[in-house]
Amino acid sequence: MSRKDIEEGRVPTFKDKPEARYAWAAGVAMGRFLAELKEGRIIGRRCRACGRVLVPPRMFCEWCFRPTDEWVYVRDTGTVLTYSISYLGPAAERLKEPVIIAVIELDGASPGIGILHKLGEVKPEAVHVGMRVKAVWKPPEEREGAITDILYFKPLEGGGGGE
Amino acid sequence: MMSSVKRRVAVVGAGITLFRRRLKETGRELSFYAAKMALDTAGITLRDVDAVVCGTAPDAFDGVHMKGEYLLDGMGGHRKPFVRVYVGGGTGVFTPIAAWWHVASGHFDIVLAVAEEKMSSCYPHPQKAFTTIFDPMLTRPLGANLVWIFALEMQRYMHVHGVKKEQIATIAVKNKRNALDHPCAQLAAKITVQDVLNSEVMVWPVQRLDISPPSDGAAAVVLAAEHVAKRLTDDPVWIEGVGWCLDSTYWTNRDLYYPKYVEYAARMAYKMAGIKNPPKEIDVAEPYDPFDYKEAHHAEGLMLARKGEYLKDVKDESDIFARYGRDGDLPICPSGGLLGVGNPIAAAGMMKVCEIFWQLRKEAGKRQVKNDPRTGVAQAWGDLMQVGTVVVMRV
Amino acid sequence: MERRVAVIGVGWSGFAPQTADLSYKELMFEAATRAYEDAGVDPRRDVESFITCAEDYWEGFSIFDEFVPDQLGAVMKPTCTVSGDGLYGLAMAVMQIQSGLFDVVAVEAHSKASDLLTYEGVLRFALDPIFTRPLGWHPYALAGLEMARYLYDTGALEEHCALVVEKNRRNALANPLASYGATVTAEDVLASRPLFEPLKELDVAPLADGCVVMVLAAEGVARKLTDTPIWVLGMGWASESIAPEIRDWCRAVHVELAASMAYDMAGITSPAKELDLLEVDDRFSYKELQHVEALGVCTYGEAARLLEEGAFERDGELPVNPSGGCLGVGNLLEVMGLHKALEVVLQLRGEAGKRQVPDAEVGLAQAWRGLPTASSAVVIFGVEKEVGKA
Repeated sequence: MSRKDIEEGRVPTFKDKPEARYAWAAGVAMGRFLAELKEGRIIGRRCRACGRVLVPPRMFCEWCFRPTDEWVYVRDTGTVLTYSISYLGPAAERLKEPVIIAVIELDGASPGIGILHKLGEVKPEAVHVGMRVKAVWKPPEEREGAITDILYFKPLEGGGGGE
Repeated sequence: MMSSVKRRVAVVGAGITLFRRRLKETGRELSFYAAKMALDTAGITLRDVDAVVCGTAPDAFDGVHMKGEYLLDGMGGHRKPFVRVYVGGGTGVFTPIAAWWHVASGHFDIVLAVAEEKMSSCYPHPQKAFTTIFDPMLTRPLGANLVWIFALEMQRYMHVHGVKKEQIATIAVKNKRNALDHPCAQLAAKITVQDVLNSEVMVWPVQRLDISPPSDGAAAVVLAAEHVAKRLTDDPVWIEGVGWCLDSTYWTNRDLYYPKYVEYAARMAYKMAGIKNPPKEIDVAEPYDPFDYKEAHHAEGLMLARKGEYLKDVKDESDIFARYGRDGDLPICPSGGLLGVGNPIAAAGMMKVCEIFWQLRKEAGKRQVKNDPRTGVAQAWGDLMQVGTVVVMRV
Repeated sequence: MERRVAVIGVGWSGFAPQTADLSYKELMFEAATRAYEDAGVDPRRDVESFITCAEDYWEGFSIFDEFVPDQLGAVMKPTCTVSGDGLYGLAMAVMQIQSGLFDVVAVEAHSKASDLLTYEGVLRFALDPIFTRPLGWHPYALAGLEMARYLYDTGALEEHCALVVEKNRRNALANPLASYGATVTAEDVLASRPLFEPLKELDVAPLADGCVVMVLAAEGVARKLTDTPIWVLGMGWASESIAPEIRDWCRAVHVELAASMAYDMAGITSPAKELDLLEVDDRFSYKELQHVEALGVCTYGEAARLLEEGAFERDGELPVNPSGGCLGVGNLLEVMGLHKALEVVLQLRGEAGKRQVPDAEVGLAQAWRGLPTASSAVVIFGVEKEVGKA
């Protein structure tokens, strides 16, 4: 059976769209994270038992199973741990311009602690694991308290020492 | 922890429908066909079934909330103890595990396990429904597509181990060709490594022919307690090991090069089955292969090869068939896997369990592996690069 | 049942009409922390398997189990989701332990209904897409239909259903977990706005948030960890098709089947005599009567009379919903049944405060999955390992 069979009504079909809308309470950890993004800052939580600084922040440490202890600001610079070049949008539609995505280990967070975001102002061929990058923020008046308050990460000039 | 398991459990029947991109049948009907076939091959009717376990992945695909309740008619669940379990892509192998504990605990003697997926209901494309597996605050706003996480994982695997795309592509070649011998296969084909490397780039390094297709389909198995299994058949296939493991949701805080959670699931199953040297003691394996690199990734998690070494001796097509083809010492995905047979998520994992069942009973026809298999492993994977589910079967 | 299983720890959080200050993860962490503290276990070391009970569309995520391990202490451990009420999860945990796989298993379920903006829309989405949804009704119309037939067949009256509301919301006043404790009279209920006649507004339980985590253990381990193990004596579950076209409009057959399985296991032959309390689903008032009858406590049609006589009051012969039930505590979506189990456990431990049913030794919790399902689970708990061994 092909898609055309359905679209051209050759098979009896019933169509429906779920009325499913949600407003998830951000809670303590994500609430603060988003509020700090609005201020142009990235915040994490430290667990004193294992010593890790965690981003995205959470009020519990999943390794130690105990509440995390303090808020810690991390830098908006970091290192590319892995990356990819996407020609697909969320509905598998073909993108005219590819999007470069990466997991970026943030300076100030523990090793291997990264966040997912996009890369910009860089050619796909130039991206590599270990590349040093810095966040490019929306102007303050346009920020909403969302992960998209960071537009993308761009290459740090001259490499720059990691931490 | 893990005192001796109470009762031995065997698979005594299996059933499967065609896997196709778009099937006319409803989810209930697909479930019925698979369940009926499983009951028939076991030589029993629904009246003999004591309980039903259902496995089916995101409700968003079939378009029904609480879809287990909706499907149960076709699964034989009406007026029976019926329960649905769900661990994302791992569901297909987890469903028989849940059925296993129904029997092993002593509460039920005969349990029917049915896995179904009807992805074609999701319009315009099932991919859109996949966006809802992502965190709404951290990931969805970035316009994430499901393939992103596979691409990031594939890239990491290639980078850490120095594995090349040409090597990985041989897996797609093997599985799609193996699938030519599977009567239900959706995407069986004779392709070459070059075909894979020439195919459209989706999310680099993932290209179109690296990926298995979305599908509709269902599969089922019948499990029975030892005393019943022996009465029903001369060839029960014993479930000797079960294991599952779920890693942290914070996948950006993890190194994706290795599926540690698959290893932990495998260790749990191998311990139960008394397996100490997996590559030597396992005769045939069906690791989960929604993407070609995944077969390598998971085979290493299953400890069938050391980390990064699954494709060590594989430079081209002939190498992969020599190492892991049906005539070799360790046939991998003789069914044709998800890449060749299709990927109706939960049913795909169950398909692998059915395949091991048929392989161990020497009922796999043209797909039969030649090494006289006694011990087989089926594995599935799912969530945000998180869950491994493993079953060890033996005759 | 050879390998006995007991509840050794319970914890909860939320239990309010809404919990906007905490994310569902934080709610779960709190309930889990309390449960592990109560059980005296470290989840990273001692808990071997974790079962969460959830449905994607209540949560707004596909593959909800992705998001659970961290706050339960389950990372890199066997963890799974049961798409069902928490009481189903509890039954799965018992089987995991009795199969010899594990000694200690944790079960979690929650309602974060306050995050869900379109409850009716999601509920509609559960209706059969070809036969039922196109009718365009609010799903509660099915409850109205069933209530009408139930009253017709049993001879019970709307007044009896209203008395259920009065009793349960009054019981809820003594329950710190209850969101909707109130002094509501049967007259108030009868005068409330009609929804789907004979169903009226006050016949329907409003939504609430809450999370419950329970820790179960095999006998040997249970006795080492606690002086008050509450034993699982019997359990059962059963489903019927969601098709309203083929259902019995008076009897909850799925509850009869589930109860039968549980009573068999527990060795119970006269439920009315051998049970000390019941917690049953009453998210629609008439359901309490229907479920009590389906549990075999009395014949169909008798529950109304027993209710009228006060038999189901907290100080009656067979207290039903001393917690306040769904009507008093709130409709808790997938944690509804696990909350009922929680109530029974607290009652059997003697920790039910002002709600305490005196000398409670054997209690039954029943979960119905709500519209449009015909699925229920039943678990019977006891202070002693076997019924009648007091």
